[in-house]
Amino acid sequence: MRLSKKVRDGMSSLLKIIDLHVSVEDKPILHGVSLEIRQGEIHALMGPNGSGKSTLAYTLVGHPKYEITSGSIEVDGTPLNELDPCERARKGLFLAFQYPVTIPGVKVSDFLRHAVTNVRNPERKDGESLMPMREFRKELKQKMEELGMDTEFARRYLNEGFSGGEKKRMEILQLAMLQPKFAILDETDSGLDSDAVRVVSEGVRKLSGPQMGVLIITHHERLLEYNVPQFTHVMLAGKIVETGDAALAHELHNHGYAQIRERHPVEAAEEQSRQNRPETVGVATAVAK
Amino acid sequence: MTTPWSTASFEDFLASRNEPAWLTDRRRQAFAAYQELLKKPLDPEEFKRIDLRALRPDKFALVPSGDAVPLSTLMANRADFGGTVSHIDGKAVASQLRPELAAKGVIFGSWETVLATRPEILQALERAVPADTDRFSAWHTAFCTGGTVLFVPRNVQVDVPLYSLIGLATNGAADLSHTLVVLEEGASATLLEETASLDPSHTGLHVGAVELLVAPRAVLRYVQLQNWSEKVWHLAHQAGRVANDASLQWTVGGLGAKVAHIHQDIHLDGKGAAAEVNGVTFSTDKQIHSYYTQQGHHAPNTRSDLLYKDVIRDRARIIWRGMIQVDVDAQKTDGYQRNDALMLSDACRADLIPGLEIEADDVRCTHGATAGRVDEEQLFYCMCRGISRSEAMHVIVEGFFQRVYDRIPVELVRETLSQAVQRKLGIDG
Repeated sequence: MRLSKKVRDGMSSLLKIIDLHVSVEDKPILHGVSLEIRQGEIHALMGPNGSGKSTLAYTLVGHPKYEITSGSIEVDGTPLNELDPCERARKGLFLAFQYPVTIPGVKVSDFLRHAVTNVRNPERKDGESLMPMREFRKELKQKMEELGMDTEFARRYLNEGFSGGEKKRMEILQLAMLQPKFAILDETDSGLDSDAVRVVSEGVRKLSGPQMGVLIITHHERLLEYNVPQFTHVMLAGKIVETGDAALAHELHNHGYAQIRERHPVEAAEEQSRQNRPETVGVATAVAK
Repeated sequence: MTTPWSTASFEDFLASRNEPAWLTDRRRQAFAAYQELLKKPLDPEEFKRIDLRALRPDKFALVPSGDAVPLSTLMANRADFGGTVSHIDGKAVASQLRPELAAKGVIFGSWETVLATRPEILQALERAVPADTDRFSAWHTAFCTGGTVLFVPRNVQVDVPLYSLIGLATNGAADLSHTLVVLEEGASATLLEETASLDPSHTGLHVGAVELLVAPRAVLRYVQLQNWSEKVWHLAHQAGRVANDASLQWTVGGLGAKVAHIHQDIHLDGKGAAAEVNGVTFSTDKQIHSYYTQQGHHAPNTRSDLLYKDVIRDRARIIWRGMIQVDVDAQKTDGYQRNDALMLSDACRADLIPGLEIEADDVRCTHGATAGRVDEEQLFYCMCRGISRSEAMHVIVEGFFQRVYDRIPVELVRETLSQAVQRKLGIDG
């Protein structure tokens, strides 16, 4: 296992998820998730659709729709539950979105200058000056070149008219600029052609290191080939049912979740009943009326 | 009883003017029309959404003399202008023009100067805004105190922007100023104009008019930033006439005033005429900003493209009634109008109504209007990057206006608008 000196010395930060229960619109989705991620570690989170992976991701960064009904999220012992997404980002959490949002008319460079200024000065008040333009531009240009991105991107409006691959690369660029302590990559490799997956995977490999803990949510193997996880967690029906190493990820990729369901009949039954709940076929019900 | 706008006051006003007979005659006709029009209701299509009951004309009066008081402005002294003209309380207080432009025959000054030197230029008055259009145009023409005049002779290019300031310095003052721009064939110019108040607590009234006359192949860029104190009534007729193969690029900024209603007409009179209209408005507190825009296509192969972006907050209102009119022989018209409002509070309100009246059969006209709130997912995304909710609002609002800024070629105007918007956002509690 590749652990940095800092990690061995216990100097690194720790993201701790303790028995987390989460509901969305009063519907329980997570049923007690516990997970510890240290700076420098790579964790893979896998599981069938609807098992709660994205819910966990959104909950970690504080999406208002995801309500923590019990349990907690801590960084180095400081609870994050009550913090808004902005405060969590300033504490070093980062989510690479599965579906990045378009912000019309806001240039990539302007957006990132605001973001970088705030994340690097967590105590900054609104209206205080931004990072000096020259310094910022230089750094942005350097990061874009490292990631093999056309610097023209900086002048475009954030995600406006971007292809799927461009949006994901933009997430990786933000990751590079913000250098979070903990990065959650929510299916950053989905919906991309193989070239784009390679580019994104290489990008993550370049950026991760002893200063970054990474939680990779994925269905695919490529991202994990480039970024070999020390831990693989499998979610089923809102719980982590198994944790292993990279071999587990490999096994799931080759054989799917049938064996997991066999080994965890209670959660498999819960998964089945979730799929049969009327809420999940709300659209059909509405049409029938 | 003598009130500020009575017959007796009008006669006193005329006596004080020392103007040529033809102008006095026009004023007399306008005053007669004003008195008639006061008896008639305003056009409901244009005015039914604006509450003018609180407007009391007699609370405002023309002020005997304007002083050159220093006003806080958005654009003055921020660039090296080719010339500047300033009016305070309806009186010209300063005027200058680069000698090399004057040598080319460019006239840029007040009515008084133009009447003294080239009175025939003022004969063009009412070509775009006839006095009898409604009670406000009639009132304006009868009592007009003068204003900025720009005349650019045939084939003369004015490459540096010119600047005009319309200021109010006296509490309760009425400003009935008129901006007249005449570009002869093949001429080009950029005029940046703004309105400003000395004191934010002052009330005031502007019953104004803007006429932009663009001759064949001429190119005019005109900008007016309305930035009165929030206790000023702003009622204006603004119209442009664009001849064949000429183009008008017109940007309006609506920032100040208590109630502002602008009747904006674009007449595409000649084959191949084109107009681009940009609007940036930001209404806060109880401000009401109302625009009645008409894009009139009167000749074949004409193009018009109108884009307004409005941000509203608190209890403010934005009202827009837009119309593209295409005459029967204006074939191959390309008309576009769009107005988008972004609402930052629950109590604000947007009424955006586009419209088309098309009599020709070979045209392309599109229109649209949207009103929406700041997308919570956009805010969440910004916050996930460490940007606070209020800063994210700033970023998103700036981005909302960006598409209009992108169409404005004068950097000073983009910067000025952006800074004015930031300042208004900053008041945010």
